[in-house]
Amino acid sequence: MEERSLHIVIVGHVDHGKSTLVGRLIYDTGSLPPEKLEEIRKASELQGRELEFAYIMDNLEEERKKGITIDIAHTFFMTKKRRYVIIDAPGHKEFLKNMISGTSQAEAALLLIDISQGIQEQTRRHCYILSLLGVRQIAVLVNKMDLAGYREESFNEIRNEIEILLKGLKIIPSYIIPVSASKGENVALRSEKLTWYKGPTILEALDNFDTLKIEDKGLRFAVQDLYTVVGEPVAVGRVEAGVLRKGQDVFVLPEKRKARITKIKKYLEEDMPFAATGDCVGIRIEGPGLKRGQILSDKILSTITDTIHANIFWMVDKEYRLGTPIIFRCATQEVKGSIRKILKRFDPASIEVVEHNATTIKPAEVAEVEIGLEAMVTVDNFFEVPELGRFVLEHAGYPVAGGIIV
Amino acid sequence: MEHLTILENKSIFIIREAYYRFKDIAMLWSVGKDSTTLLWLCRKAFFGQIPFPVIHIDTTYKFPEMYRFRDEYAKKWGLNLIVGRNEGQIEAAMGPGKGSKLDCCNELKTNALKETIGKYGLKALLLGIRRDEHGIRAKERVFSPRDENFKWDYENQPAELWDQYKSTAAEDNHFRVHPILHMTELDIWRYIKRENIPMSELYFSKEGKRYRSIGCAPCCSPIESNASSVDEIISELETSNTSERSGRAQDKEDAYTMQKLRSLGYM
Repeated sequence: MEERSLHIVIVGHVDHGKSTLVGRLIYDTGSLPPEKLEEIRKASELQGRELEFAYIMDNLEEERKKGITIDIAHTFFMTKKRRYVIIDAPGHKEFLKNMISGTSQAEAALLLIDISQGIQEQTRRHCYILSLLGVRQIAVLVNKMDLAGYREESFNEIRNEIEILLKGLKIIPSYIIPVSASKGENVALRSEKLTWYKGPTILEALDNFDTLKIEDKGLRFAVQDLYTVVGEPVAVGRVEAGVLRKGQDVFVLPEKRKARITKIKKYLEEDMPFAATGDCVGIRIEGPGLKRGQILSDKILSTITDTIHANIFWMVDKEYRLGTPIIFRCATQEVKGSIRKILKRFDPASIEVVEHNATTIKPAEVAEVEIGLEAMVTVDNFFEVPELGRFVLEHAGYPVAGGIIV
Repeated sequence: MEHLTILENKSIFIIREAYYRFKDIAMLWSVGKDSTTLLWLCRKAFFGQIPFPVIHIDTTYKFPEMYRFRDEYAKKWGLNLIVGRNEGQIEAAMGPGKGSKLDCCNELKTNALKETIGKYGLKALLLGIRRDEHGIRAKERVFSPRDENFKWDYENQPAELWDQYKSTAAEDNHFRVHPILHMTELDIWRYIKRENIPMSELYFSKEGKRYRSIGCAPCCSPIESNASSVDEIISELETSNTSERSGRAQDKEDAYTMQKLRSLGYM
């Protein structure tokens, strides 16, 4: 069994069958407790529906009444190969911030398309978000094949359309699978009605995905807080990339000051020789004291700047007006600033530029912007060190946008 | 990195983030396995000494074993323990026999919690809920804001990406912070084993029965089980297919009781 769980997000247009698929996957793999099945059976009857697999994920009363998904739900299941965390995302445009919250945690995606409806507005928007957030492992599921009489020709038509759409976003789907989520065809079990299809089932496709590889990169240690432990100052933080070693000489960024790591510790592990990527540890250094937001690095490969050039996606239903103050948050860095230029804004559902040199960004739009900050920050290219190449913008205590530095 | 170490790092990052943001913070300890695991993680996050109070919401209906366990470890681990009770309702004899389960949970747990939060002026609470426990909890954020009425606005939760947790807005009364949201029941027991975390004896089989989830004695039923050690519980869970909270009465009253309770401010 692999150590790392694989996080998969389920995306696609409203009613294309996302929650039903997840419910079916849980049911067909025997992961559903019998009394939960009983609860779903009762709740389905109450709403006058046949056994509704979507209710396994849609647990809010409002969701079941309206037959929609409002917020992401995480569920867990396991195959012989690995553990999975399945994140079911809502398909409505109004719940885009929830879909983005889900996608930001995923290493792979299942994109659903209802064969009777084809590519729709949220299909396009979600594909764009996947490409923007760097989710590269995608299986496209052409759903509701039962409504198309399980015909190969109907499947091939949609397949061509989706391949063209994804190619425009530089995504090559790992698989395109004909399925019926509600009937369980090609979900966990191979369909006997789709014998012309020779590729993997959804479950097999999941197992064929790769888990996140921890690459050997230069050190990035983000200082989170300062504690006093038995009279000694200890800086706590997380190794965002690379490896932190005892005795190592580092640069403290953005000041570019030098320091030496004299101790790495966890509770009851007083003297660690190193901390790996992802480790949250306490450290002591030789040199002046540290503070939150500083990045320790073995070489100065990051960009140190007060001007951020990035692609951002606007997540709230209030538009942004040029000059409105925001807080830029990247790893443990938090700096005040504002968007100085909106080079262009566009609607990812149409991928046509709406406006160059704009003064506003509208809900659910993507924009290429220049952000001016009141202090220096340490950042990287998203595709080189994602942990320091992605950020959140806040306004009045709310996350309003996410961004990628490229 | 080992699966359990990945989960532990994530929890510790969240705990430290919460403490950085809120000095008026406390942890809720129900003395069950999840919040005792959270307590253990807090001890690890702060190198053995938790710098904030640990709150036990006492309905007076807990198992005697739970009170004993609480007092023993509060002393052993040097905890700043606060016991919160809804004294008015306890005097008025509110209990599981009187009114609905929803009313009883709401008065003795949620309202006791509200009083305690108000009394100590708390701005954040660390809670040991997990996404795999219940469908409603599967929808939670790590940092979950509550308004002055303690309402959980589940239809309009803030975005949460890349470990950037929402800051405080004018209308936020306090935050519920969930550092073990990403752990499953099996993860918890494997972690208990790895770390050798002490657990209430109620979880271990006596005469063919044990509790899988503990709370108030009148509303918890034991399951048939011979698992009398952590190892045996792990192997039981690896093969079992019943849900964890199947012995909890408040979940059964109505399909949406948990949603109603939680939207009112329940844990």
